Amino acid sequence: MKTLQELKRNLKKDNSELPSIKVALAGDTATQLLGVAIRAMGVERGYNIDFFEAEFSQVEQQLLSPDSDLNQFDADFIVVFQSSHKLGEKHSLLPVERKELLADERIGFVASVCTNPNLSNKKIIYFNYPEIGDTVFGSYANKVESSFTYQVRKLNFELMKLAERCPNLFICDLAELQNKFGRDNMFAPNTYANTEMVLKMDVLPYVASRVMDILCAVKGQFKKCLILDLDNTVWGGVIGDDGMEGIQLGHGLGIGKMFTEFQMWVKKLKQRGIIICVASKNNEETAKEPFEKHPDMVLSLDDIAVFQANWETKVDNIRTIQGILNIGFDSMVFLDDNPFERNMVRENIPGITVPELPEYPEDYLEYLYSLNLFETASYSNLDKDRTKQYQVEAQRVSLSKTFTNEADFLKSLNMVSVVSGFTKFNIPRIAQLSQRSNQFNLRTIRYTDADIEALANDPNVIDLCFTLEDKFGDNGLIAVVIMKPLDKETLFVDTWLMSCRVLKRGMENFTLNTMVERAKGKGYNCIVGEYLPTPKNSMVSEHYPQLGFTPIEGSDTKQWVIDLEKYKERECFIIKK
Amino acid sequence: MERKEIFEKLTDIFRGVMDNDEIILEENTTAEDIEEWDSLTHVQLIESIENVFGIKFSAKEMSSWDDMSEFVDSIMSKLKN
Repeated sequence: MKTLQELKRNLKKDNSELPSIKVALAGDTATQLLGVAIRAMGVERGYNIDFFEAEFSQVEQQLLSPDSDLNQFDADFIVVFQSSHKLGEKHSLLPVERKELLADERIGFVASVCTNPNLSNKKIIYFNYPEIGDTVFGSYANKVESSFTYQVRKLNFELMKLAERCPNLFICDLAELQNKFGRDNMFAPNTYANTEMVLKMDVLPYVASRVMDILCAVKGQFKKCLILDLDNTVWGGVIGDDGMEGIQLGHGLGIGKMFTEFQMWVKKLKQRGIIICVASKNNEETAKEPFEKHPDMVLSLDDIAVFQANWETKVDNIRTIQGILNIGFDSMVFLDDNPFERNMVRENIPGITVPELPEYPEDYLEYLYSLNLFETASYSNLDKDRTKQYQVEAQRVSLSKTFTNEADFLKSLNMVSVVSGFTKFNIPRIAQLSQRSNQFNLRTIRYTDADIEALANDPNVIDLCFTLEDKFGDNGLIAVVIMKPLDKETLFVDTWLMSCRVLKRGMENFTLNTMVERAKGKGYNCIVGEYLPTPKNSMVSEHYPQLGFTPIEGSDTKQWVIDLEKYKERECFIIKK
Repeated sequence: MERKEIFEKLTDIFRGVMDNDEIILEENTTAEDIEEWDSLTHVQLIESIENVFGIKFSAKEMSSWDDMSEFVDSIMSKLKN
């Protein structure tokens, strides 16, 4: 992690080429240096932050009053830092019988911010409360509702429940950071006395990093895949040399336990939807043996989406994995105990994250935790099936190789699609797709759950989502279309995105057929589509012309139009359920 | 540590925090003499100096020195202990 002084240099550079994002900061203590750290960390992550800092300690007015400076600024993200210190002051001045209402009052305020209609399209990043053990009751505080310890813990728990209900509220886990560092490393009384800063300079980069982790995740920049070396990463020793009896893995005392715990962490990641792959220099059979037979393996072959064990280089194996998964290298994390392998991958694969694992395996987990690699802005129940979906895809690819004629292959899949609007059941998945899709995405607009809900409730918007199932399995919801009226006759395609897992199945044709049918049903004559280029979506630059749209002359951006009267249904082998 | 060495280390720290390689520190240098020396950079200086020298300043001391010579006196007496 860079120091604050190193980060500050970013602010002297010309960052005008970087995408701009508006961030406001409101706090009840001195937050200028935190603001500096956030802006500088923004540059690290590739953003030029247009920053507004609210006047010292006017959090309530700035957030709730519609014509405050903060609201005039109209930020995309509002970072709110109400400190444990000021909360503690408030607590000490309350009469005893009101102390037990502290958490409820604070939650009431945060809830009023999150449900304020003026702020509904903004993301609120709210710091939770690191504890200050004032030892007024000792451990007995756990039995006393009015104690500060009790109220802070209650408040942090209630914040979690509030964040579950309010999709535009994101809790930045400052309490977790203090767990890692300890209060003595986060707070310096001499500095606080003179400046009212509650965060030490040394810890500001970490705090700013956690804020940016959330912001980047909302913007679609996050890790999707973990690629693992095997020997001395997933188990102790070298399977080829030590054999099943010789590798270190297991319970009880010794290093084997640490590898087991590492595997347990990877298992949790897989269950939450991170794609787990293996890239190992070993014979495939030898490498797979522990997964199949070792009693202390936590990970099984079912947990691995792509298993590359051979004598190719790690670089080549990672490229192969990328080709199969069709996700960016910058959404991958690669773990290997060997510094030489790590350097080779860093040098040859742009954008991939390669943590500098510590020398001793017992230190791996705490180090990996500290990197906060897997921040996300969405999570749906269906995420746990992601690995299975990639495994099933591998089966489809095998089948396709047995057909000489693509049409026959597609027919053989027996594909079926369910078309629906946006409902409370599919909103999380739709928002998630809008945040994750980079390649097949015509305009790359990122939506949160709250945004999608608003679109669902808008009677003028035509919202469509599509699933795709075939004889191998169900891909779930894989395409989203949002159309908005430009005038009485014309619909504009605000969003058309599709998961890369279902390319080349004819889904594009099925989707357009459905869009035209809906549009004609509502009395429209034509549909306009737009392509907004990004570094990742060049695959759809000719999407509209390929579907029979004609270019619109003289438009500022690339736009095409299709006449609905003249439209002929396009061929596909997908039927509507 | 010799006074000269302390001045050298401090010059490095000042130049780093204020991002100005032309800063020169003398015994009678005060905050007025250095444009970038304000309350925000002061707090960063203090924390950097505490880290580099392995010492701790009290809240009172942090705001007490009138010029560099008093500042360095304070650092030297802490290093002796």
